[in-house]
Amino acid sequence: MNLFDILGPVMVGPSSSHTAGAVRIGRMARSLLGQEPVRAELLLHGSFASTGEGHGTHQALIAGLLGLAPDDSRVPNSFELAKERGLEFTFGSCVLREVHPNSVLIRLEGDQGGKLEVGASSPGGGRIRVFRVDGLDTSFSGDLPTLVVHNTYQPGCVSQVTGALARRGLNVATLQLNRGGRGGSAVMVIECDQPIPPEAAREVRDLPGILRVTRYTPEEEHL
Amino acid sequence: MIEFTSIGQMLRDTEQAGRPLWENVLLSDCERQGISREESLARMTAMLEVMVQADQSYHPGDRSASGLVGGDGGKMAAYAQAGDTLCGPFLSDVMAGALRMGECNACMKRIVAAPTAGACGVLPAVLLPYRRHFGASEEALVQALYVAAGFGMVIAERASISGAEGGCQAEIGSAAAMAAPALVHLQGGTPEQMANACAMAVKNLLGLVCDPVGGLVEVPCVKRNVIGAMDALSAAQMALAGIESRVPPDQVLDAMAEVGQSLPHTLRETGKGGLAATPFGLEYAPKEP
Repeated sequence: MNLFDILGPVMVGPSSSHTAGAVRIGRMARSLLGQEPVRAELLLHGSFASTGEGHGTHQALIAGLLGLAPDDSRVPNSFELAKERGLEFTFGSCVLREVHPNSVLIRLEGDQGGKLEVGASSPGGGRIRVFRVDGLDTSFSGDLPTLVVHNTYQPGCVSQVTGALARRGLNVATLQLNRGGRGGSAVMVIECDQPIPPEAAREVRDLPGILRVTRYTPEEEHL
Repeated sequence: MIEFTSIGQMLRDTEQAGRPLWENVLLSDCERQGISREESLARMTAMLEVMVQADQSYHPGDRSASGLVGGDGGKMAAYAQAGDTLCGPFLSDVMAGALRMGECNACMKRIVAAPTAGACGVLPAVLLPYRRHFGASEEALVQALYVAAGFGMVIAERASISGAEGGCQAEIGSAAAMAAPALVHLQGGTPEQMANACAMAVKNLLGLVCDPVGGLVEVPCVKRNVIGAMDALSAAQMALAGIESRVPPDQVLDAMAEVGQSLPHTLRETGKGGLAATPFGLEYAPKEP
């Protein structure tokens, strides 16, 4: 925590959890998709579903998918902006098990045909936590440089990936591995202490058994 | 270096460093974050600028999504303009400013969370009218923001700045407890007076519950920014008069933490108790999906 966590962030109101956090979830989903989203299905859970309308949560999520920051004055008008940019979206509600009340499941399609499903929560203060990627459980906040690796589940994948990072002097802060089923696909989430250069992500992507690599860099979103 | 875990340590370290409290807060945070004094000052000046812009972005015709709030800042300003007010020009300006900022937040305008979005009206409501009525340089106001943030850091460490955790005392109460020492700074008071102002501001709102109608940051949040600003002014004035908090400031914050933890779940931002559970409030209760 620093002074600007107390005096700040600069954000569009009314709620750090239901508005600012929702924008950040949208941004995270966009970043993980790695393409311009053209279609989105958003399923709101719990308090997001019941009080989202009064908090502008819907507009905030769409604003994030369009890449706006939580302090962008255009957040309340994101629906019109989505129309201009060709992003179609639908909202619904859902009941998820064992997640924070402020949660959403987002299914995205990108302009290059990419697809992604992300589940994320906004527990308070504008902080967020991704709890699901493409049906597989995970947990990361985006506070640290993060690499999300989709891989086929075969022996040696983890050591190859961590080896590639180590050779570039990147220190792994946390590593999680979740798989769908034996021999099926898996998602590896690696949080690093140092920024992950694009070349490192490319090197990981070229390793055998790696299906997709997404690099997430925490950004200075506010002043 | 200030550790931001205790008001006592903050005062002792400031005395040893032989610097003004605001500057010691600035330098301690720079050291923790690894940023330069210039970077930090530029950021804090930007915060002040956003507060000014947010205040100017107010429109009395704006209404929140629920329709529950909007327009009261305009009413108060008009009443103040008419002249014959109960509280006089300065306090009327403060009250109008608090309502404006609270309503800006509810209407999805761009604000500075200070320390939270729901309590964003308190600090600007005392600082901006202070400049208009008493005159203060931008430099002095930025210094006051460092004082506010320094005390806010200790409150966050020792108690809470989240309504879901500690009730409204943690949001409006914390904002008032940040604004009070900031005002003492502007009036040329001592660090001890700042600490007393902070403690008295907390004590006067101790136990305030978080009971938003419909779970929205609207009722009673907007108007509580007014009481937060008035609390800050009265605590600052008491401290400047030499009045001290009988209970030492750090012990007041510990009591705040304990009271927050003792509050029932229904009175901690769940929208299920207090004003939210009145017949009126229930009309706005969220429908379970």
